Amino acid sequence: MKELKILAVVVFFTLVTYWGVEPYAHSVMHKHVEGHDFKYPDINASKVKGNAQNGKNLIASCAGCHSIKSQGIKAPMDVMNASATYGVNPPDLSNAGAIFDEKFLIAFLQNPAHTAKAKPNFAMPPSAGSEQDAADIVAYLKSIAPKEITPKEAYVTACGRCHANSYGKWTQIGDVPKTKFNIKTKNDVKLAEFKINVAKYQDKLADYMGKLPPDLKVIVRARSKHFLETFVEDPQSHLPGTAMPRVGVTKEGFEKIYEYLESTGDPSKAKREKVGPIVLGFLVIFAILAFLWYKSQWKGLKD
Amino acid sequence: MAHFDPNAKPFTKKWLNERLAIETIERVMSTEYWIPKNINFLWAMGMVLAATFGLLLISGIFLLMYYIPTTKEAFNSVNYLIMSQVGYGWLWRHIHAVAASVVFLIIYIHMFTGIYYGSYKKGREMIWISGMLLFLTFSGEAFAGYVLPWGQMSYWAGMVITNLFEGFSKDFLGGALNFPGLVEWIRGDYVPGQAFIGRFFMLHVVLMPLAIIGLIVLHFGALRIPHVNNQDGEEIDFEAEAEKWKAGKRKESKVIPFKPVFLSKDVFVLSIYFIFFFYLVFYHFEFAMDPVNFDPADPLKTPPHIYPEWYFLWSYEVLRAFPKNPGLVAFGFVQAILLVLPFLDRSPNVAPASKRGPFKIWFWLLLVDMVILTILGKLPPEGIFTILGKIAAYTLIALWIALPFITKAEKPIGGR
Ligand code: HEC
Ligand code: HEC
Ligand code: HEM
Repeated sequence: MKELKILAVVVFFTLVTYWGVEPYAHSVMHKHVEGHDFKYPDINASKVKGNAQNGKNLIASCAGCHSIKSQGIKAPMDVMNASATYGVNPPDLSNAGAIFDEKFLIAFLQNPAHTAKAKPNFAMPPSAGSEQDAADIVAYLKSIAPKEITPKEAYVTACGRCHANSYGKWTQIGDVPKTKFNIKTKNDVKLAEFKINVAKYQDKLADYMGKLPPDLKVIVRARSKHFLETFVEDPQSHLPGTAMPRVGVTKEGFEKIYEYLESTGDPSKAKREKVGPIVLGFLVIFAILAFLWYKSQWKGLKD
Repeated sequence: MAHFDPNAKPFTKKWLNERLAIETIERVMSTEYWIPKNINFLWAMGMVLAATFGLLLISGIFLLMYYIPTTKEAFNSVNYLIMSQVGYGWLWRHIHAVAASVVFLIIYIHMFTGIYYGSYKKGREMIWISGMLLFLTFSGEAFAGYVLPWGQMSYWAGMVITNLFEGFSKDFLGGALNFPGLVEWIRGDYVPGQAFIGRFFMLHVVLMPLAIIGLIVLHFGALRIPHVNNQDGEEIDFEAEAEKWKAGKRKESKVIPFKPVFLSKDVFVLSIYFIFFFYLVFYHFEFAMDPVNFDPADPLKTPPHIYPEWYFLWSYEVLRAFPKNPGLVAFGFVQAILLVLPFLDRSPNVAPASKRGPFKIWFWLLLVDMVILTILGKLPPEGIFTILGKIAAYTLIALWIALPFITKAEKPIGGR
């Protein structure tokens, strides 16, 4: 039929143009980085077996800087003082065993800056005397880690000290507090104070990192999942020389983090998937009725 | 003196006819608006465009209720407020973005249909010209809209495009055609900022839509007297054919009334189009919303690749293919030349390109060349892409220069 032939021509040119300006152009513009599925092939697996009980005894060395809230270990400094000292707030270790890769952590505790492929000014010093100590501490961290953590907890532990997420109401120093303003003056002193602290923290962080890490509020729309995966796995692969460290999360850890980023950056996904079929179903029925009307109107018009 | 029946009940047909001539209007505009029978679905593209414009208008009105035109709030008002706080805000935004992109696809199909069937000649010149004015205002509308979310591409494409108004470089004619002041005047600042966003907001939501609505009225008006063309470019005696139809000779008559016969086909094509359109809205909207624009505007960080939306790429590539001054001339040329197409085609034939000899080749070359330019316009200007871009840009210009000669030499068809 002639109309179908014309349609085929239209579709053909449309698809060629689409292919050229979307998949093809993007493949040329962005260098392709092959991921390693968070296996960290450059780090050798540790042969020593960790002992969680020994690790528990060694953890005091970490508690000089880190809190482990689930074990009732408080941070020696509050977040503002920590940031003034290190440039960044050492993360709480309660969930560390749940999202960081085991062999990465063992290497990291012995040689943090190198393992994280970070700048030499990396704020955490080597903190395990030997491979055995490191393995023990990691075994301990694993033993206290909860089985299931929420996407947000994963984000806070791995990324939250550097990256705000304003659509998730997260700042580098914690959740934006729920405050009340003064009814007479409309001032909200608590919130203003909080904001000053965030600003101070960010200034220190920018000094430490060389720049302020971006707010990851809509990063899932700005970067492909493949980019985020390979970038988190090894930031240097995309931005050579960048100050962002390799954080060493596992594949499952990354999926959790991604889930959180999606919840702030693309919150309508679930609704789209629900409403889409209804709208399309309606339109298909409409098209069938329209076709019947068209046929009835054009009956007997042509030979 | 008009006659008003004092006994007519208010709002009855008679009463309305005496005051608004509703039956006459319906007859003239639809039940006795004659359309050739010999047309294909490409003649529904005008209606598809009108419907898409309707979608843009409605979704735009919903977005307008929450959008905040300030450099500080614009990005978050779109990406947070509308996308996650406003009920179904995401749906309106995706409809708006997809429609803004797809409307250009349909415009290009509609334009190439006109070129293929020679629908811009012999009384249809004003249809073409009003159509081209629509194309230009739509382009302005789309550019202004792209600035509003204030992402990286809003900012940098805004920067690059407004820079074009600087004119020729300083060393040309001692800078007589160099207007850096004009760029600042347009931006209201040295760089895109608050004044810029405010102006483009106004253009996008008031001035340009008004111009578009006016031009659509003109475009429809321009159609009424010459009537639309048909698949064979046949000259139809609409009055005689209409009489046949009215006499019940539905098969013999070469025309059909707009309502309900042509409309039934329009609605069917529209329904298929809507399936395609809403499939894109729900499952494939990324192509219409560039990822780079989800990074907030940052004047200190130039993105590695700056490119306009896909529908501007062919003319952008022409601009890039030359050094600054000739580039501007070539860019202006390929835009303006489309406007005068009816006068460049010197052949008396109104017929599909397939029957017009060399013009047929010209048509397909034009189409293929514009697709190539579009693709190259997005690719980084390096190595082979630069060379191909130059060739394609020269080809486009050569095609337009050749058109009058090719069509002048064309043999008249069927002794007309
Ligand atoms: C001198 C203070 C200090 C000590 C002691 C210390 N850390 Fe850290 N740690 C930091 C700081 C600061 C960071 C954040 C560094 C950054 O992100 O630039 C950090 C980061 C970490 C991270 C996150 C790594 C990543 O990949 O994101 C883990 C896990 C960690 N430390 C575990 C430990 C353990 C276990 C110990 C004890 C063996 C320990 N730290 C001892 C200061 C310290
Ligand atoms: C120690 C601080 C730090 C931590 C922890 C950190 N980042 Fe970053 N991140 C940075 C810095 C600094 C940059 C800016 C990099 C640049 O532009 O060179 C950055 C940039 C990024 C970017 C933008 C890259 C681009 O294309 O511009 C993404 C995405 C990102 N980080 C994701 C993450 C995720 C996800 C995590 C948690 C798994 C994380 N980051 C943890 C410091 C950090
Ligand atoms: C975006 C806004 C536009 C709308 C809403 C619109 C609408 C229409 C409609 C309803 C028709 C009659 C039905 C049909 O033939 O498809 C038509 C015809 C036509 N339009 Fe447009 N149009 C638009 C843009 C354009 C543009 C950009 C051009 C080209 C420069 C153009 C050129 C024409 C021509 C040449 C015809 C006559 C077709 C024929 O006689 O066969 N239009 N338009």
